[in-house]
Amino acid sequence: MGSYIQSTKAQQQEMLQKIGCKSVEELFSNVPADMALQRPLDIPRGMSESSVMKYMQNMSEENTVFKTVLRGAGAYRHYIPAIVKSVVSKEEFVTAYTPYQAEMSQGILQSIFEYQTMICELTGMDVSNASVYDGASAAAEAVAMCSERKRSKAYISACSNPDVIETVKTYCKGNGMTVELIPENDGATDLDALAAMLGEGAACVYIPQPNYYGIFEDLTKAAEITHNAGAKLIAGCNPIALAMIKTPKECGADIAVGEGQPLGLPIAFGGPYLGFMASTTAMMRKLPGRIVGETVDHDGRRAYVLTLQAREQHIRREKASSNICSNQAHCALTAAVYMAAMGADGLYNVAEQSMSKAHYFAQKLSEIGYELAYTKPYFHEFVTVGVNNTAEALAKLEENGILGGLQLDDNRILWCVTEAVTKEELDKAAAILEEVGK
Amino acid sequence: MNIPAELKFTRSHEWIKDLGNGEYEIGISDFAQHELGDLVFVNLPQEGDTITMEEPFADVESVKAVSDIYSPVTAVVKEINEEILDAPETINSGAYDAWFVRVENVTETAELLSAEEYEAFLNEEA
Amino acid sequence: MKLIFERSVADRALTLLPECDVEKTVLPEGMARTQALRLPEVGECDISRHYTELAKCAHGVNDGFYPLGSCTMKYNPKVNEQAAALEGFTEIHPLQPQSTLQGALKALVLSEELLCEITGMDNMSFQPAAGAHGEFAGIMLIKAYHESRGDTKRTKIIVPDSAHGTNPASANMAGYTVVSIPSNEDGCVDIEKLKAAVGEDTAGLMLTNPNTVGVFDKNILEITKIVHEAGGLNYYDGANLNAIMGVVRPGDMGFDVIHLNLHKTFSTPHGGGGPGSGAVGCKSLLTPFLPLPRAIKNGDKYELLTESELSFGRMKEFYGNFLVVIKALTYVLTLGAEGIREAAQIAVLNANYMMHELADCYEMAYPGYCMHEFVMTLENTKKQYGVSAMDVAKSLIDHGIHPPTMYFPLIVHEALMVEPTETESKETLDEAVAALRDIAEMTVNNAEAVISAPHTTPISRPDEVMAARSPKLRYEF
Repeated sequence: MGSYIQSTKAQQQEMLQKIGCKSVEELFSNVPADMALQRPLDIPRGMSESSVMKYMQNMSEENTVFKTVLRGAGAYRHYIPAIVKSVVSKEEFVTAYTPYQAEMSQGILQSIFEYQTMICELTGMDVSNASVYDGASAAAEAVAMCSERKRSKAYISACSNPDVIETVKTYCKGNGMTVELIPENDGATDLDALAAMLGEGAACVYIPQPNYYGIFEDLTKAAEITHNAGAKLIAGCNPIALAMIKTPKECGADIAVGEGQPLGLPIAFGGPYLGFMASTTAMMRKLPGRIVGETVDHDGRRAYVLTLQAREQHIRREKASSNICSNQAHCALTAAVYMAAMGADGLYNVAEQSMSKAHYFAQKLSEIGYELAYTKPYFHEFVTVGVNNTAEALAKLEENGILGGLQLDDNRILWCVTEAVTKEELDKAAAILEEVGK
Repeated sequence: MNIPAELKFTRSHEWIKDLGNGEYEIGISDFAQHELGDLVFVNLPQEGDTITMEEPFADVESVKAVSDIYSPVTAVVKEINEEILDAPETINSGAYDAWFVRVENVTETAELLSAEEYEAFLNEEA
Repeated sequence: MKLIFERSVADRALTLLPECDVEKTVLPEGMARTQALRLPEVGECDISRHYTELAKCAHGVNDGFYPLGSCTMKYNPKVNEQAAALEGFTEIHPLQPQSTLQGALKALVLSEELLCEITGMDNMSFQPAAGAHGEFAGIMLIKAYHESRGDTKRTKIIVPDSAHGTNPASANMAGYTVVSIPSNEDGCVDIEKLKAAVGEDTAGLMLTNPNTVGVFDKNILEITKIVHEAGGLNYYDGANLNAIMGVVRPGDMGFDVIHLNLHKTFSTPHGGGGPGSGAVGCKSLLTPFLPLPRAIKNGDKYELLTESELSFGRMKEFYGNFLVVIKALTYVLTLGAEGIREAAQIAVLNANYMMHELADCYEMAYPGYCMHEFVMTLENTKKQYGVSAMDVAKSLIDHGIHPPTMYFPLIVHEALMVEPTETESKETLDEAVAALRDIAEMTVNNAEAVISAPHTTPISRPDEVMAARSPKLRYEF
């Protein structure tokens, strides 16, 4: 049995004696006997470190790790620089709690302040929080931020990631807001339909950028339509794409959110990731979660603290609009180190290579019968149609160590290509698919 | 203690001032600002809102607390004091100049204390 | 300390990616960002040194004692990290075919089985990403349950005034009105007040036991019965589970739904504020309402349950903070049945030992045996010497010890809440006791030195008023 208890039996006895107590059981005298567990827990006996590691290793090997991943749909395998893993494994960052005590947490606080600055730069927005759970909960929290006494309707693009739509619906079941889906047209949000839908009571509009199908949305037009109805625009952005495309701020968004996983985090079966969240100054005090601010110490030195805390649950209790407490600080640190390592040019390069390779692969696919489902410009994901034996085709790729695109229905596949995939791998995938098609 | 004679007070430490033209100013007492400590933010209603007697109409934030401010009257907000939105510290430096809202169309008034009564109330509480 | 932006030098960069091996695609006209993206321009050595400098100005469990009450800052075993770093866990896509994910699904199902046995629950979902997220999930379960029965008049959640702030906030997020009930003199639920508060409109009660003052509420069966008889459900906040693992189970106390903080009780590190994992467990009557998808075992195969008519919905993307679950699973497997129980016992022993050793120089808010944590009140010290709970906390920093939780629970004035956890040795506890005794003595002899603490940190006390009045939330270039 493994144990992390350091006091010896003799020390435990000594401690009991000092307390004036015969046994540890006596300390639990408040627990009524008829309720206490009268048997050992029915779980396995403890294991040695060596055995448990072997056990976990075996379990991990029951999963297939694909050498080539051509699937995204919310989780993107990009190259993670060595420096990122090295920095974030520093024990001081890993084993600290939320930086409540500023004097002994300046390192953590400053790292969050730097992260906030990078997110502001990436999105163009004025203020950022210290992160929330993930992109979907960030969207749901953003929707809740827009709720006003006379405005409680949220309009969500049908071209959003399905997980985002479902999560927003869950949160809205709680807070009483209503959710309506804005229909899709040729793979993008139907903004004319949106204009017709918006009316009194519209609180916000959520548009993904690029959307679930990889297509670039017209955020500027969406902002105009949204603001004409007196509502707020929430842009749900891919952070890698933001290195090259117009920022949500430039397009007129009030809140920018997104899944931060592409910024240096492994795909890891869906988590932990992080949700980034940034807004205009006007909405600053509605942002949920931790926020770090700069101030000075008693001696006039620059210092960082958790600030604007009166928004939060530990002070506002039942009047707080969000209950968030723990966020994804360590994931935010990872994202910040990734952005520092990449720099603006490096991040642009990741975006450009991902997009270019996606287009290269789409071209290859179209030559073998997989036609693009939509005509609009796209980033690093795209949908193909036209081949009927999609399941068989994807299975063949899997046999060859390639995780193909995500099957959306009988003949639509959502593909993703990042910079981490080489031309050689793409050619190989195309060749396998061509073989299946014959 | 600073308790201007021309004002009326509530037991929840708000003051109200009769401006003589059917309008009133509402703020918080010097005692209240002192108890709350350094104020960092104020939430005010919007002009045109109806505020209700003995119900919260605003709140004030210090670093570690948020407190509701209760209305002594049921009335319509004619004007809000934007100066305290930008500089909440003015409430700390001059609680009786830093009015929160000016109201009109008063339809209901809570039981109010005179300056003397409020002072006696504070002494009792202490 | 310089900000990383202040280390930036134009045109400095790392070489990380190869040349693009396909033809470059050009962004459509008018799509490009015009606002410059100002990320740091730094080399690898700059980055490494920058973050090393930041790390030196941070304090984790690895750096020293961290008795932060209610946060269970126990040692984070390294084998957990090693298991979670296995490629077979980190490099799997969440949307791979389920046949290629058998290990991951098995990990979730096994974690569910083990943690259900520890808590006395029937099923569990790992989708919630943190404690507060788990609370929200738990209250949504209660809501879905009542709604499924057409019982729509239940609009209130009862929360004791000693509760964590997340409890009322979670109830509010789920659309409930919060009824706060005062605690009695020993910090426990006032039975009469509870009886008066329950009724046809009661959806449920949120409670932690041991409670936030570190006392096990021995009336717990009566409490949960009162709520059940009124037609409500009982929600257990798992924040304090570390005190009772293997000794008594929330499921046997009358609780119907529970959330766990895997990042507290089950030793996964907190990462400076997350990621956590807020697993939500329930009795079988609530299972159909759990968030989806959820890993289940079907014959000898593992699969994802993606549809259920009654599920209240999804909490986030995919299946939760999976790698955090892996760490917790590794921990539970390492400790096993006897180790889990021993962890709780020693956590309680350590807290009682510290409390005992301090009782003659600090006023305990609730004398008598405590569970895994205890609360001191500095109210009289503040009156007499002008030294507050905050001052004592800041003074502890000079001794290399992370301060206890301050000013919580709200029902104790000038509170300091100390939770040593089971992984601290007697020597560490003795050192902390000596430090606190030192501070107590200084309070009497040289209060000013306590009030002006800390003296050994990179910064002295920060101006929080200035930070909140004129927020500066990003670096200005």
